[in-house]
Amino acid sequence: MASSSEKVKVLGFWVSPFVRRVEWALKLKGVDYEYIEEDIFNKSSLLLKLNPVRQKVPVLVHDLKVVAESYVILEYIDEIWKQNSLLPLDPYQRAMARFWAKFAEEKVFETAWNALCSGGEEKEKALKIAIESLEILEGEAKKIQNFFGGDRIGYLDIAMGWIGYWLPVWEQVGCMSILDPLKFPATSAWAKRFISHPLIKHNLPPREEMLVYFDKRSKELSSISQGWIKV
Amino acid sequence: MAEESKVTLYGYWPSPFAKMVEIALKLKGVPYEYVEEDLTNKSQMLLSLNPVHKKVPVLVHNGKPIAESLVILEYIDETWKNGPQLLPMDPYKRAQVRFWASFVQQQLQDSMIKVAMTEGEAREKLVEEAYEKMRLLDEGLKSFFPDGNPSIDTEHLGLLDVVFVSFFGNHKVHEEVLGFKVIDPEKTPLIHCWLKALLDLPLLKETLPPHDKMVAFIKFINESALKSSTA
Repeated sequence: MASSSEKVKVLGFWVSPFVRRVEWALKLKGVDYEYIEEDIFNKSSLLLKLNPVRQKVPVLVHDLKVVAESYVILEYIDEIWKQNSLLPLDPYQRAMARFWAKFAEEKVFETAWNALCSGGEEKEKALKIAIESLEILEGEAKKIQNFFGGDRIGYLDIAMGWIGYWLPVWEQVGCMSILDPLKFPATSAWAKRFISHPLIKHNLPPREEMLVYFDKRSKELSSISQGWIKV
Repeated sequence: MAEESKVTLYGYWPSPFAKMVEIALKLKGVPYEYVEEDLTNKSQMLLSLNPVHKKVPVLVHNGKPIAESLVILEYIDETWKNGPQLLPMDPYKRAQVRFWASFVQQQLQDSMIKVAMTEGEAREKLVEEAYEKMRLLDEGLKSFFPDGNPSIDTEHLGLLDVVFVSFFGNHKVHEEVLGFKVIDPEKTPLIHCWLKALLDLPLLKETLPPHDKMVAFIKFINESALKSSTA
């Protein structure tokens, strides 16, 4: 089933790793789409109309159907476009992919972000959890040769792909070390393979601009009492 | 039944996360062994089955453990095809169910916890936020019950029903302990009718923890939490 680019739209924000997940999935499936940049600091009426509940990107629009939340969108994409499946066929393997994606999101992503946007004791606590969680992930990374999806990029690779590109930027901006390649050789090697993949490396935000953005954003969030806000 | 295909659920009676899985297994008519865990004194078995989170629920099937309640629910739906389909066939409807299930389990539940943990003036603002989220869900339910009439039978229960009744089936407990009408028939009429229809089903009513037992438990938890935060 061919879908013209007008039928699929992605509402996104250039620096959001959640949005890139959706784009990577569409690219891996060879699905054409129209990308619409949204200024999340000055939300358009389109965004508010499409995602009134969470008012966030990414939002996928497919044939007038609207899907929000990056993981919900990934599952939708995998179910609509059957080529190059993102999730394995076996229910247990699917459960494992979903489990690890959730783990990485809660214990590595959110804690690394919190560490970036906080200071002192809170930062130390967050860093500790992020690193301990990476130790657990390292155990899983040691089991794979190429990608978590096997020879091809899959759901879990897409879910954790931010580790290879956003995390080093956050480490630099936040003066912190989380993904030490000496401590985490398997995860680091996987992250490098992922970011170098032809479909991924041409779909990443520019690093210099990311450094500027996250430096500014993390300072803004640090100065308010609860920095626990996503991107 | 061969030992291999045996199903064991490790749960904790007040946990809505564990309750969701119990309800799903019952709906599907899957014979299972239930093991009650004391989370204040976790068994070696639990720690070995879920070393990552050390939490319930854990489902063991074919000798393999699976953790994370929503991951388990999707596994159950994919593995046992008899009984109601927890997720609809259509990918877009599946996306809607997943979106709202995540909303209930994360956004709504977070709001309730914040209210429970806060006193005084700050609490009023949090109560208002909780009501706002409930209103969003009430609005979202219109696409599931277009005629405004949530009538449900056990054969057609879905994932969102299971998730919502697990978290809010004991809403009268929350009202008694928190002192605000969690489910307000005037603010959220559709939710009110939906929950009423769900609680009319004997299977759900019998599986949920008894009211008085739950009140005593929540009071105990709140008192301990307040004590430790003011210690």
